[in-house]
Amino acid sequence: MSNFSELMNSNRLTRTRQRKATNAFMLALTGMVTVLALIPLFWIIGYVVIRGGKSINLDFFIHMPTPMGVAGGGVLSAIEGTLVVTLLAAVIAIPPGVLAAYYAARYPNTPLGVALRFSTDVLAGVPSIVVGLFAYAVLVVPMKHYSGLAGGAALAVLMLPTIIRTTEEMLKLVPSTLREASLGLGAPEWKTSLSVLFPAASSGIITGFLLALARAVGETAPLLMTTLGNERFDIGQIIKSGVQGHQSIFAIIGRIINQPVDSLPLALWKYAQQPYPERVDQAWAVALVLMLFVLIVNVTARVWLQIRARRMKG
Amino acid sequence: MQNRKAISPNSLTGRLLRFLHHGDRPWQGLLIIISVLVIILMLAIGELLWTRSAGARSAFGWSFLAPTANPNWDPVNDHFQAWPFLYGTLETSLFAILFALPIGIGIAIFLAELCPPWLRTPLTWMVELLAAIPSVVYGLWGIFVFLPKVVAPVGVFLGDTLGQIPVLGSLFAGPIPASGSSRLAASLILTIMIIPTIAAVSRDVFLAIPNSQREAAKALGATEWETIWQVLIPFGRSGILGAVILGLGRALGETMAVTMVIGNSIQGGASLLLPGYSMASIIANEFAEAVSQLHTDALIEIGLILFIITLLLNILARFLVWQVTRQTPQEAR
Repeated sequence: MSNFSELMNSNRLTRTRQRKATNAFMLALTGMVTVLALIPLFWIIGYVVIRGGKSINLDFFIHMPTPMGVAGGGVLSAIEGTLVVTLLAAVIAIPPGVLAAYYAARYPNTPLGVALRFSTDVLAGVPSIVVGLFAYAVLVVPMKHYSGLAGGAALAVLMLPTIIRTTEEMLKLVPSTLREASLGLGAPEWKTSLSVLFPAASSGIITGFLLALARAVGETAPLLMTTLGNERFDIGQIIKSGVQGHQSIFAIIGRIINQPVDSLPLALWKYAQQPYPERVDQAWAVALVLMLFVLIVNVTARVWLQIRARRMKG
Repeated sequence: MQNRKAISPNSLTGRLLRFLHHGDRPWQGLLIIISVLVIILMLAIGELLWTRSAGARSAFGWSFLAPTANPNWDPVNDHFQAWPFLYGTLETSLFAILFALPIGIGIAIFLAELCPPWLRTPLTWMVELLAAIPSVVYGLWGIFVFLPKVVAPVGVFLGDTLGQIPVLGSLFAGPIPASGSSRLAASLILTIMIIPTIAAVSRDVFLAIPNSQREAAKALGATEWETIWQVLIPFGRSGILGAVILGLGRALGETMAVTMVIGNSIQGGASLLLPGYSMASIIANEFAEAVSQLHTDALIEIGLILFIITLLLNILARFLVWQVTRQTPQEAR
């Protein structure tokens, strides 16, 4: 095939046969690499499910961690910490994300729109550990201690580009006739977007939130330098003492987010490096919980988006 | 509606409403402020890393990054050189690209050109799920399954074969540690993690190539593969390059999985089979326990370098992908 003169000399029939053979071989090869790439996916999922399934039980979800080397116990502090940090991230990232996405969808070609979409792309490419350093410099240094708030802010920066992009795509899918009808009835632009455009795109936008959340839940690197980890983090205890001390709800929330917290990926990372087999078992159980959460959210979100997009087009 | 009193156009409220365009001015202002804030956020990341690393930059200058045979990373005596991390990151990422590129393009070709339509969506999703699995889970699986089962035997094999070749051999000089923790392990895990990026972007590139190109090649008698190899790949070349660069950006910044399998050793020669260190993993391992201000500054400077590299790569990649998709109007597909 490569050598021209060789081809000229060879019999026409063998040449055709050769080309057909190359064709079949290379096409089969593309199918084979696709299968090859999927092997790790099924290997990881299968192994984590089997190994993690063995060590998961109810105690795992409802008990605090035991001291090193002592069997039993759970990862309640990590579960609570992950909930606090990701919820905080969602609260910080969602409102600006949605508004920026509206601007990007509505004015894509203004200078600000172009700059906004470019920044979103750049933010999406910033390594998560660098975002962790940023949150450290902005929040941990001035506050002088590690906190769930700093972790939430770091995850919010990581969620922001995903939220902006998916929301922008969803808003673009809303037929412009809806907008025009609302404006034609005399509604101002802000009312049109809040009561017509956002509701029309709401299920897609919420799916985008879920995808961003799924990404944030599994992030570990930025938490190393923001939330640090805290095996004694216990929301129940904080709330109980707060209620007994007649503190306001804001003071209690403040105490929850203003101290180092644990999280599932951090716990996994620590446990995986310990010599105690029961800790390694727990690491697998944490991996199972994390992975199942991420996979389920991803698959349902994608199915939902697909249905949604089809309905909007049709 | 009946209960609401009409607002007289000349009343104060009426004039105020008109001035605000019935709320549209504040709304526009809000949108613009938020959009500007997102842009500022991106700039602020670079700015903060720059100012926070000032101590390390003035103390070491460019020698911080210079290649050196005996790297000196000594938190106790406050002396820092980033070369081993830079080298480890670059070597693992480049090999990951080398492994992932043919596989990623193969998948993209299969998904865009050959795959029956009913199989296309599920396969695309499965490939993308590879990117959704958290990187700590990759790391855990790497330590306990992938390293002993795959990396260690492959490493021994590479050391015995490629390691014996005179010049190239220095890159594959063994012996690989028995645990398998090595730069090779990091490269292979990174390969798995960046395949979805390369596959997804190149698939979009293939889908953006107008059908007239395929029809013309086939009308001239080209086989399916000849169409792909001689027409489609050259046509989408810069887009595929963009995919590679995006994948590279992901590989450079990947932290947890790499930290768990690379071996975390500052010593170690050039070889892929030896344990090493990466820029992201030194930050992950030492930042929370940094012993001095200069130590923290040096780690932040490593973060700054990482930020600058990924920033430049992203800009380049977006530009290349944009060039391809710009050429082709949507209707032409």
